[in-house]
Amino acid sequence: MLLTINGRQRRLTVPPMARLLDVLREDCGLTGTKEGCGEGECGACTVLVDGVAVDSCLVPVAHVEGCQVVTIEGAAAAKRSAKALQNAFVEHGGAQCGICTPGMIMAALPLKAGASRDEIKTALAGNLCRCTGYISIFNSVEAALSPAKKGPPSRVALRRASAHARRR
Amino acid sequence: MPVDARTLTLQRPRNLKAALAMLAKEPTLTPIAGCTDVLVGLHFGTSDTRQFIDLWSLDELRGITSKPILRIGALTTYTEIIASPLVQKRVPMLVAAAREIGGAQIQNRGTLGGNIANASPAGDTLPVLAAAGALIVLRSASGERRVSFARFYTGYRTSVRQPDELITAIEIPAIDGRQWWRKVGTRRAQAISKIMMAGVRSPADHLRQGYGGQEAGRHSCKVRIAIGSVAPTVVLAEAAAAVLSQGGAIGDAQAALRKEIAPIDDLRSTGDYRQQVAANLLAAFWKDTE
Repeated sequence: MLLTINGRQRRLTVPPMARLLDVLREDCGLTGTKEGCGEGECGACTVLVDGVAVDSCLVPVAHVEGCQVVTIEGAAAAKRSAKALQNAFVEHGGAQCGICTPGMIMAALPLKAGASRDEIKTALAGNLCRCTGYISIFNSVEAALSPAKKGPPSRVALRRASAHARRR
Repeated sequence: MPVDARTLTLQRPRNLKAALAMLAKEPTLTPIAGCTDVLVGLHFGTSDTRQFIDLWSLDELRGITSKPILRIGALTTYTEIIASPLVQKRVPMLVAAAREIGGAQIQNRGTLGGNIANASPAGDTLPVLAAAGALIVLRSASGERRVSFARFYTGYRTSVRQPDELITAIEIPAIDGRQWWRKVGTRRAQAISKIMMAGVRSPADHLRQGYGGQEAGRHSCKVRIAIGSVAPTVVLAEAAAAVLSQGGAIGDAQAALRKEIAPIDDLRSTGDYRQQVAANLLAAFWKDTE
């Protein structure tokens, strides 16, 4: 089976009904995509197929033959917003234990610049996080997608600013 | 235990005709589309099926048309339903239901035909299709037939669909009056329903124009109510609807409704809770559509 994953073609011998998640992790060594629930509830295994977010635990690999698959490893190369999302998650405390983070980023990737809070919540409704209580994740995505908007500075930003001031 | 994917077979027809021919030859094949239910069953070892036929690439089964009746291809995803101006205009309660199915990832893959074929009592679009008086288009190698949604299911996860038939489309006639939808789950997003209700309330003047004067004299309005997750299949609450249609009190309609449903205790909720919430939803429907 010929698959295109993160822009690279791979010829794999895998059963057609194998889960895309297992093929990515076990046959391609792309372990950035996480398995949480295995039943489409948690979104940790989210990848993009032809630009559309899907749960890779619920996609038979046969369905992505001839499609462009993007995982968290290829996010930065595929979408300009990936780097901004990564920075914003660091800046705004969007990641704690980290297991949901790749899925959160992948689910946020299809969002357009300037997406509203409601649009962000809808895009991330299929992603569960047991650490953050979601607010800091929504803040991260909002910040990444609206670079011009000035919100209150985050704790990380304040700490950095005071460290900077001390050095001076 | 997950089923080993190497023990599973997948036939991949190139078009609908080929798919129907394969099914005629091997009616034991299980059709798959978005796989949002099928792969869960295989992963948790609750599914006995090992031989599948893939419909996902059959574009003939996608799309939404309205000439003149609204026709939704069986492979149409929830995302496509939500985005469709036609469905938004004609069946807003279907858009409301589709929005509450899983998250974006599920809505991008799950299909309307799959929701019907999977036949879960908790299928979110099913009360909508029942209240809308939808028709299910079934096709086999030997021909096509239409079954009214109310007659489609014969019991828990069983239907009149023959093993060699595929659901190819869902037809929804024009709906007069106000449409209403409510889902009650554990949380607002990404929850399987504890109970959900769809309702249509057509005022009397619509009735006179649409259905003839003799009926308008008897009924003050026409009401259709369907409830999910309260019985082995979706329930069309005809007795409760009749009470309301004839101008009866909401309390009497609620009493009638309680007799029409048979909710069970399960991991998501209790039968008592569902009885009470069903009655509450009926009152909310009646108030909201005044």
